[in-house]
Amino acid sequence: MTRIAGRRVTPGRVEGAALVTRDTISGWGGMDPREGRITERRHELLGQSFAGKVLLFPGAKGSSAWSHYFHLARLSGKAPLALLFTRITTKVALGAVVLRAPAMTDFERDPFDLIETGDHVVVDADAGFIEVVKRNA
Amino acid sequence: MILTDAEKAMLDGAKTPAHRKAMELLVRYGEALGAERLVETNSVAGTWSVANPLVKPFAGRGMDGVFSEFNLDSDEVVATPPAEAATCQLIGGLDRRHPGIMGIAPETAALNDAGEAFFGARGVAMHATCTPYQVGFLPVFGEHLAWMESSAVVYANAVCGARTNTEGRESTGAASITRRIPYWGLHIPQNRAGTHAIAVEVDVPAEMMDWGLLGYWIGEQVQDAIPVVEGRLLGRPSMIHLKHFGAAAASSGGVEMYHIPGITPEAPDSASAFRGRPPRQALRYGAAERRWAWETLNGTARDRAVDFVMLGCPHNAIEQILRVVRALEGRRVAASSALWVFAPRAIAEVAEQSGYGAAIRAAGGQLLSDTCPAISRVMPKGTRVVATDSAKQAHYLPAITGAQCWFGSVEHCVDAAVTGRFEGGLA
Repeated sequence: MTRIAGRRVTPGRVEGAALVTRDTISGWGGMDPREGRITERRHELLGQSFAGKVLLFPGAKGSSAWSHYFHLARLSGKAPLALLFTRITTKVALGAVVLRAPAMTDFERDPFDLIETGDHVVVDADAGFIEVVKRNA
Repeated sequence: MILTDAEKAMLDGAKTPAHRKAMELLVRYGEALGAERLVETNSVAGTWSVANPLVKPFAGRGMDGVFSEFNLDSDEVVATPPAEAATCQLIGGLDRRHPGIMGIAPETAALNDAGEAFFGARGVAMHATCTPYQVGFLPVFGEHLAWMESSAVVYANAVCGARTNTEGRESTGAASITRRIPYWGLHIPQNRAGTHAIAVEVDVPAEMMDWGLLGYWIGEQVQDAIPVVEGRLLGRPSMIHLKHFGAAAASSGGVEMYHIPGITPEAPDSASAFRGRPPRQALRYGAAERRWAWETLNGTARDRAVDFVMLGCPHNAIEQILRVVRALEGRRVAASSALWVFAPRAIAEVAEQSGYGAAIRAAGGQLLSDTCPAISRVMPKGTRVVATDSAKQAHYLPAITGAQCWFGSVEHCVDAAVTGRFEGGLA
């Protein structure tokens, strides 16, 4: 188990399986909020669902309807469990707020070096850290 | 966050329940960003749409219910108070004057009318466009805004020198009634300096297609950084070229601000664009980069037979509509194809009064407003292959509708509408 510190964006504590992408994510035009699935055609996660996952991604891109689409995903029961990202923008911050899921950024180490899809991650935004248990550990 | 007395009073419920929920949202959002305070704004562009396909299922909650959920992120249904800031409705899900052409169900059109009446009465100006700056909702240099719509945000920052982050539906809903938005990001002068030097080493003439290609490549490269674009920019770009450039860069990446020394107002010269600091990265845009943009934008297109040509993303200016009218002169849209030309509501009205709407219809096309295929998810029945002059639309339409999409110049697209085949290519 590895623990790294980060900054709370939105409050909460959850744990679950990680879904990791190095590609930035679009809301409107890049995902289907009713399915919780990535639909952007050149995206590494095309066709995959982020519902119930600890989503590690660099940040948001594209349309300003980012928060609106993640808001709709929450109302459809397809929200990610938590958001971990490395570049904060208004899109991803407002998205995290309306998802009402814990979100963190500004990590002391690069989380992409540490977390792979399928790893078990504890996100404790209130205490300001994440803990990673490797899937193959 | 540090709040003023007036802001604390709103948070404590001294005004209306909606002001309390709005201020709660702005505080949650400001804290998420790490903002120290809020800033006053008197210019808000957002959406109060109730009839778009994803919001429509929630319309049963009533207008106040939709407003509370989607414009304030409030579980509690609160009454919608009047807008206190100047407020603009952006692009929506249907053409209010031509729902039948778009095949919109009468009950959806009626719901949209009711929504416009409800929020219009509460001070939201129903401009119904992604380009408020084309229809008089125009900021001045240095003004703090709370705007949604990525293509409008980048235009307001870069071309107008106004200051806005890319806001969302909930934050603009809160800003409209409180006149506040977090003071963060591009509101702060030192965050507006250029970060990436882009050397343009291939001719970029004052043509929409060329500026679209340049913007699409830059967005992919810099993501949400601030590019400074210099080099073989032939002639002076107009509002139309910068509109297409910014929309493309905001689609492939998240560009919210850029400088073109000598053209955009915060960069009289190269040194001032970077505020005296060295660029983080220097990139060159040559023939290979231009070709990458073309091929990527046309990456879904296989069949040359085109069913549908879409022009006007971001919404057309009046002179772009005139250009289409002239390109159609003496010609007719092929029986196997459709041509839809989109404009802001106000400009569509001017186009009608100028005879352009009649000319487009006489050639077999349609002049529409208020929406676009990507937002409405509506294309003519049976559309499989689209052609468009918009890098933004070509980026989004295949993901949203599953259609193949060609990207080209206005003339490539009008030719495709007339012949039923897309034959455009890179010169």
